[in-house]
Amino acid sequence: MEVGLKRRSAVGKNVRKVDGLSLATGRPKFALDIDIPGALVGKILRSPHAHARILSIDASKAEALPGVACVLHCGNVKRIPFTTAGQGWPEPSPYDTVLFDSKVRYVGDQVAAVAAETEEIAEEALKLIKVEYEVLPAVLSVEEALAEGAPVIHDEEDSQGIYDAAHNIAAAVDIPVGDIERGFAESDVTVEEICEIPYSQHTPIEPHCVIAYFDEDGRLVLRTSTQVPFHVRRIVARALELPMERIRVIKPRVGGGFGSKQEVILEPVAAALALRTGRPVRMALDRSEVFISSRTRHPMRVRVKLGAKKDGTLHAIEMEATSNTGAYGTHALTVLSNVGSKTLPLYNKAPHLWFHGKAVYTNLPVAGAYRGYGATQGYFALEVAMDELAGRLGMDPVELRLKNHIRAGETSPIFEKIGEGREGVPMVVRSCALSQCLRVGAERIGWDEKRKSPRREGPWAYGVGMAVSMQGSGITGVDMGAATIMMNEDGSFRLLVGATDIGTGSDTILAQIAAEVLGVPVERISVYSSDTDFTPFDVGAYASSTTYVSGNAVLRAAQEVRRKALEVAAGMLGEPAEHLELADGKVISPRTGKSVTLSEVGHRATYVADQKHIIASASFVPAESPPPFAAFFCEVAVDTETGIVRVERFVATADCGVPIHPKLAEGQLEGAIVQGIGHALTEELLFSNRGRCLNANLFDYKIPSSLDVPDVEVVLVDSEEPTGPLGAKSIAEVGINGPLPAISNAIYHAVGVRLTRAPFTPERVLSALRQGRRLG
Amino acid sequence: MKIYLELNGKQRYEEVAPGESLLSLLRRLGMKSVKQGCATGDCGACTVLLDGRAVRACTVFAPQVRGRRVTTLEGLGDVDDPHPLQEAFVEAGAVQCGFCTPGMIMVAYELLSRNDNPTPEEVREAISGNLCRCTGYVKIVDAILLAAKWKREGKWR
Repeated sequence: MEVGLKRRSAVGKNVRKVDGLSLATGRPKFALDIDIPGALVGKILRSPHAHARILSIDASKAEALPGVACVLHCGNVKRIPFTTAGQGWPEPSPYDTVLFDSKVRYVGDQVAAVAAETEEIAEEALKLIKVEYEVLPAVLSVEEALAEGAPVIHDEEDSQGIYDAAHNIAAAVDIPVGDIERGFAESDVTVEEICEIPYSQHTPIEPHCVIAYFDEDGRLVLRTSTQVPFHVRRIVARALELPMERIRVIKPRVGGGFGSKQEVILEPVAAALALRTGRPVRMALDRSEVFISSRTRHPMRVRVKLGAKKDGTLHAIEMEATSNTGAYGTHALTVLSNVGSKTLPLYNKAPHLWFHGKAVYTNLPVAGAYRGYGATQGYFALEVAMDELAGRLGMDPVELRLKNHIRAGETSPIFEKIGEGREGVPMVVRSCALSQCLRVGAERIGWDEKRKSPRREGPWAYGVGMAVSMQGSGITGVDMGAATIMMNEDGSFRLLVGATDIGTGSDTILAQIAAEVLGVPVERISVYSSDTDFTPFDVGAYASSTTYVSGNAVLRAAQEVRRKALEVAAGMLGEPAEHLELADGKVISPRTGKSVTLSEVGHRATYVADQKHIIASASFVPAESPPPFAAFFCEVAVDTETGIVRVERFVATADCGVPIHPKLAEGQLEGAIVQGIGHALTEELLFSNRGRCLNANLFDYKIPSSLDVPDVEVVLVDSEEPTGPLGAKSIAEVGINGPLPAISNAIYHAVGVRLTRAPFTPERVLSALRQGRRLG
Repeated sequence: MKIYLELNGKQRYEEVAPGESLLSLLRRLGMKSVKQGCATGDCGACTVLLDGRAVRACTVFAPQVRGRRVTTLEGLGDVDDPHPLQEAFVEAGAVQCGFCTPGMIMVAYELLSRNDNPTPEEVREAISGNLCRCTGYVKIVDAILLAAKWKREGKWR
C-alpha cells in the first residue's frame, strides 16, 4: 500500500460523523424535507384480494373529482415487464412485474395510482375508482404453491427469467460438492435440524418516499429515499421507456433502509404521475404500506443435516432451503443462493456438501433484500444444528467451532460454485480472526462457568448459547464503485461518491480513507453522495459493499490526486516527487526540510503556472469478497411458567479487518444484533386465511424498544485485510445472523428444548416445554 | 381557523384546519425536524415539547396548541450553535440515519429537565416510546448520559 499502514492520521479514529451535527440539529436533509411549489400528492390503490384478475377499471368518477390531476392503471399505462429488485445488470431477478397489471397477486398489490392537489383528495379519489375483479383461488403457503394443480401465480406470457412459472417456482439451486451420501455414511454422528423464519419487515423509521419534479430544462428529477440511485435511474428508464439522460436521481439523507430501499417501488409510480401531469408529485408509503407493500425478508424453511467424525471434524453438510418469495420474484434467486454461499464456506473442513433449494411464489407480500440476505436464514439452521452436534459429540460448542471454522489462507469450493445468481469466483480467505473472536467472546460472557451450571431462580431458568457467522464484502466481479476527488485551491478537497450513505456513516468512512491518503484532517474534505448527475457511478448500499468496494475506489482516486499534487509541489520545491512526503496539509522534503502547503500547491496549480485542476476519478471492482466474521454469545432467562424469554446479556465479537471508524462499526453491529433479537423474540407478520396482513403497524408488529433489549456488548477484534482499503472489510450485515441461533441455543441450554420456529414467542416456548423435547 | 401559539420562542398566528395534526402544522411551518414515521403514535419520531412536556405531534390536533408553547428540535440549537444534547448525540455516535434523532433528543431534553442524573435504566425507560431501528439504542443511552454529565458540570447554557 502506498500510504504507510503504521502512521494513521484519520483511519481508526472516531472522527465526528460528517453529517452528524446537521442531522442532530434537524436540518432538512431527507427526501420530503423540501417543499416543491405546486407538488401534487400521489397515492396508490391496492388490491383487496390475494389473487384476482382485473376485468375492468372505471376511473371516470375519480378523474372528475375536483383536484384530481390524473389516475393511472392498467388501462392507460403501457405494459413493460421489469424487476423492482434494484440490482446490477443484467439482473438476476425475473422480469415478472409491470407497473399496473391486469392481475393482482397479493392483498396490497398495486392496482392504480392517483395524483391530486391534496392528500385528502387523493384518498377520496381512490375510493371512487371502480374495479371489477374476478377473484381467483389463492395460494397462501409454499406447500399450497407447490401442490399438484396449484393455481399459477405468474401465468402471464411476457415475463422473463422465471425458473418454472407453471409450478410457481421463481428460482432453484442445486449445488453438489463431493459425494454427500458417502459423506454421511462415513460420518460417526449425524444430526438434522429444520428451522423456519416467518415474514419479517425492515421497518426503517422513515417510510419509502420520493418527490418527482422537473428541472429548468424539463428533465425529470427524482429525489428519493433509496439505497441505489443509479439502479433507480436505469430501472425507471426501462419501466417508463425514458432515455436515461432525461432522468436525474438525487439521494439525500435516507432514514434507514436495511435492504427495503434497494427496491425501486415508488419511483416509477411517482415518475409516471409526474410525466402524465407535467407537475411535481410527492409520494410516501404510510406505515401499513411499508409493512405490506414494500418488501420483507424471505420467509424460509431451512433443513440442515450434518455429519461429523468422532473428534468433531465435520465431514458432510446438506442444506436445503425452501424460500417464499411472495407474489414477485425480486431477489428470489440471489437470496436463495446466499443461504448456502455465505454459510457453507465457514465450515470448509467438510469435503462433502450438497446445497439445494427453491424459491416459491405465493399470493403473499413480496420478499426482497433484507440485511443478512439469506445468510440469516441459513445460519439459524446451521448454528442450531451445530449446537445439537456439539451435544451429541459431548463437545463444547465453542470448541466445535474452533475445530471447524475456515482460517486465513484457506478456501472453500463454495466460493467458486455459487455467485450472484450464477457461478462464483474462487477465493482464498486472507484475513480471519474468528478464533480470537470466539475466545474473547467466551471470556467476556463467562462461558465456561455459565455453561457448567445453568442457574435457576424460581420459575426463571437461565442459560447461555452461542453462534458464529460470516458474510462478504460486496459482490465479486459484479459490484462497481467509483469516486472523484478534486482539490480546491486552498488545499481542501471535494469527494464525490455514488456510494450511498443511508445512515451507515459511509460518507464519513470514505472521507477518512481520502484524508488518510491526502494528509489532511477529515474536516478538510467535503463529501457528497449521491446524485446521478454529479457523482460517479456506484451500485449503491447493499451486500456489505460500501467500505470495501467504494472505499477501494476512494483509495485509488486519492492516491492519484496525491500523485498529482506532489508533482506540482515537486516543481515548486525543485525535487522529484518521489522524494516528497505529504502530511498535515503540507508537502515536505525530508532531505532539505523545505515544505509548501497544499494551499500553495493548489493556488499555483489553479492560477499561476501550468494550470490544471488537480482532480482524479477511480473505479473499483472487487476480485474477492473478503468475509467479516463474528461470534455471538448470549445469556437468556426463560420463565418456565409463562414462556417469556428475556435476553439478559448479548456479547458480539467481530473481525471486520481494520475498523476505519470503530464507533460506527460498533453501531452497525449493535443495530444489527438488536434487529436480530427482534426477529428471535417478537417479529412476525401474521395473515388471515385470505392473505390479509393482520398486524401491519408498529404497535402489533413489535420491533425492540430500548426496554426490550440489553446493552449489547460488542468487541472489535482487528485483523488486517490485505485487499481492503487500508485493511478494512465489511461489518453491516454479519451481526444480524447471530441472535436467532444464539438465543435458540441459549434457550436449549436453559430449559432443554429447541426453538426452531422464529419468533420464540411465549406460546411457542411454553408449547415446546410441554412437549419437552430433550435430546442427548 | 387561526390560532396563536408560541413556536420555538416566537409568537405565531397561523391558519389551521380543525382536523389537522400538529405534525402537519409544524412541517408546514418549516419545522422539518418533526418526522412522520407512522402517524399513529407508535414510533415517536415526531416528538416535540408542548409546554415543556414531550408529546407525539401526530396525536395532537393543531387547534389544541392554541395559546400554548411548542418547542421543536430547531428550537434547541442549530449547526452554528448546537445544544449540548445535540453535541452529545454526535459525540457518542448516537446518530446513524438520524431520522429518529429529533424525537429522541426531545424526550431526552424532557428527561434531563426533570432529572440531570438519570441511571441508564431511567434513560431506557424515558426513550422507550421512541423507536430506533439503526443503533440498538446503546449509543443513544450513552449520548443522553453524556449530556446529563455535561449538565451537572454546568456546561449547559
